[in-house]
Amino acid sequence: MALLSKATSLALVQNVHRLVGLPNGFPPPEAPPAPRVRLRAPGTRSAEHVDVAVIGAGPAGSAAALIAARAGLKVLLLERGEYPGAKNVSGAAFYGSAIMDELIPRWWEQAPVERYLSRRVLAFMAPETSVALDFRSARFAEPPYNGVAILRPKFDRWFADQAVAAGAFLLNAAVVDDVLWEDGRVAGVRVRRDGGDIRADVVIACDGANSLIAKKAGLQRQFHAHEMSLGVKEVLALDEATIRERFQLSGNDGMAVEYIGSITEEVSGGAFLYTNRNTLSLGIIGQISSLAQHKRRPYELLEGFKAHPAVAPLVRGGTVREYSAHIIPEAGWNMLPKLATGGMMVAGDAAALCFVAGLYLEGINYAILSGIAAGETAIAAYHEQDFSAASLARYETALKARHVLGDFHGYRHAPAMVNSERLQNLYPAVIAHAAEQIFRVRGEPKQKIGPIALEALRQHKVAPVELIQDMLNAGRSFGW
Amino acid sequence: MVTTLEERMRTVRFRVDDRPHILVNAGICKDCSVRACVYVCPANLFVPLDDGGILFNYEECFECGTCYIACDKEGAIQWSYPRGGYGVTFREA
Repeated sequence: MALLSKATSLALVQNVHRLVGLPNGFPPPEAPPAPRVRLRAPGTRSAEHVDVAVIGAGPAGSAAALIAARAGLKVLLLERGEYPGAKNVSGAAFYGSAIMDELIPRWWEQAPVERYLSRRVLAFMAPETSVALDFRSARFAEPPYNGVAILRPKFDRWFADQAVAAGAFLLNAAVVDDVLWEDGRVAGVRVRRDGGDIRADVVIACDGANSLIAKKAGLQRQFHAHEMSLGVKEVLALDEATIRERFQLSGNDGMAVEYIGSITEEVSGGAFLYTNRNTLSLGIIGQISSLAQHKRRPYELLEGFKAHPAVAPLVRGGTVREYSAHIIPEAGWNMLPKLATGGMMVAGDAAALCFVAGLYLEGINYAILSGIAAGETAIAAYHEQDFSAASLARYETALKARHVLGDFHGYRHAPAMVNSERLQNLYPAVIAHAAEQIFRVRGEPKQKIGPIALEALRQHKVAPVELIQDMLNAGRSFGW
Repeated sequence: MVTTLEERMRTVRFRVDDRPHILVNAGICKDCSVRACVYVCPANLFVPLDDGGILFNYEECFECGTCYIACDKEGAIQWSYPRGGYGVTFREA
C-alpha cells in the first residue's frame, strides 16, 4: 500500500469529483480540505469501481469504512453533508467506549469528548413535582469510561478522519439517491449528479434513521408514525465553572439526565439533559403519532420542559447556541429491516438499531458495532469474491456474535411498554404524588407507606388488574 | 426566559438550494382535516391557509422526515434530501 503524495491525492479528489459530476472546488471553501488518501495497488478494475461504498459518514459508516480500509479494501465513504456530522443530531451520550477502544486504542485521548458521564439520573416528572434516581460512580470517571457526552458534528468528523487515516476515501457533499442493480443484486450507488454512478462490490447503507436507501433497495418498509419519535434539542452556552458548580461535578466529569412522565405533557416521549464542557445539550423526544394526535408542537414542549420547576434552575442563564431536530427509530426489534441482500448491508440507525427502553437510550454504540460487523462481513466476502445474498447473510451472524441482535430481541417488548399511556403519564404521577405525601409533614398522625401508596393509586384511578398486568409486562420487558 | 422559535431558528445554519427537496401537493392537502404536518414540524414550515391549502417553505428544513411520516395522505408530501452539501449544516448538535 503506497501512501500517495499530496499532489496525487488532489488529482484523485478531482477525479472522483469528475466521476460524480461535481465541479472542482466543490464542496465550498468552508468545508475541510480534502484528505490524503491511500489506495491499494491498482487492480484490473476500472476507475469507477470501488470494493466497498459506504453511504453516510456517521458512527456506523465510519466504523465500517475504517475496518474495511484497514484490511486493504478500496473504500469510498459518501457523506451528503458539507462534512461528516453536519446532518447528525444525538443527545448525545455515547456509551460505546469499550467498543471504540477496540478500534482505536485509548481513543478518548484524541477524540473530541465533552465530559465523562459519571453521574446518571432518571427523573419521574409530574407537573410540579419530580422524583429522581441519582446514580454516581467514581469508576465511571476512569478510563475507559462508561459513557461520554459528545457533540455529533465534532465527534463524527473526528471518527470519519480515522477512517480516512486508515485509507478510506471520504467524499463530502455527495447525496446517494439509489442503489444500482445488476443480475438481481446491488452493484453500486447512484450519486445525485450526471454520471454519478459508482460501482461497488458491496454497498453498506448507513444513511441514518430516515434511510431512503434501505427502502429503495426493498430492505425496509414504510414507517408507522408510532415507531418513530422526533427529538428537538438545544445546545445552551454556559461557562465551565457554572456547569461544575450547578451539577456538582469535578474536572471533566459529566452528568446525563433522562426525564420521563408528564414532562412532554400528554405526548408520549421524554426529555434529556447532558452536560458538555461549556454547554448543555437538552431536548424533548415525542412519538410522532402522539404529537400529531394531541396537536402539540415540539418546540412548545421544549419550552415547557425548560420551564419546569425542576429544570429551570439547571438551564438558567444559558443562551441558545444551536437548535436542532432529528428523528429516532424507536420500535427496536419490531422495525428491524432485512439486514442484508446480494451486494448490500444496512447498519446503524438505517437498520433501526436504536435501543430505546426508558432506562436506556443508546444508538451510537450499536451503530459502531453494526458498522464493524458489516465491515468484517465485507472483508470476508471480498476475500472469497462472493458478494451474493448467501455470503452477506453472514452479517446477521456477526451481529449476533457482537450481541446486537440479542440485545434487541431481549428487550423487544420494552419500546411499546415505555410508550404506553400508563407508563408515560400515569405511573410517574403516582410516584410523584406518593413521594409528596411521604415527605410532607402536616402535624397529623404519620401514615405508613402502604396506605399512602394505595391512596395514590386510588386517586389516580389505577385499576388493580391493569397494575398487575403492567407489572408483569414490565417484568417481561426489563426483568427477565 | 422564553425563547421564540424565530430566535431558535436564527441559530441554525442553512445553505439554501435553489430547488426544493420537498414538494407538497396542495390539491391533496385541501381535502385534509388532520393536518399533522402543521403541528409536528420542528421548524414550523407548514402554514395552513384560509382557503384550506397548506403553504410550505423548504428553506429552513432540518431534513428530519417527521412531516411525511406523520402524514397519512398518500402522495401529499414528496420527500427527498437536498443536493449534497446543501440544506442544514449543524455545528454543535
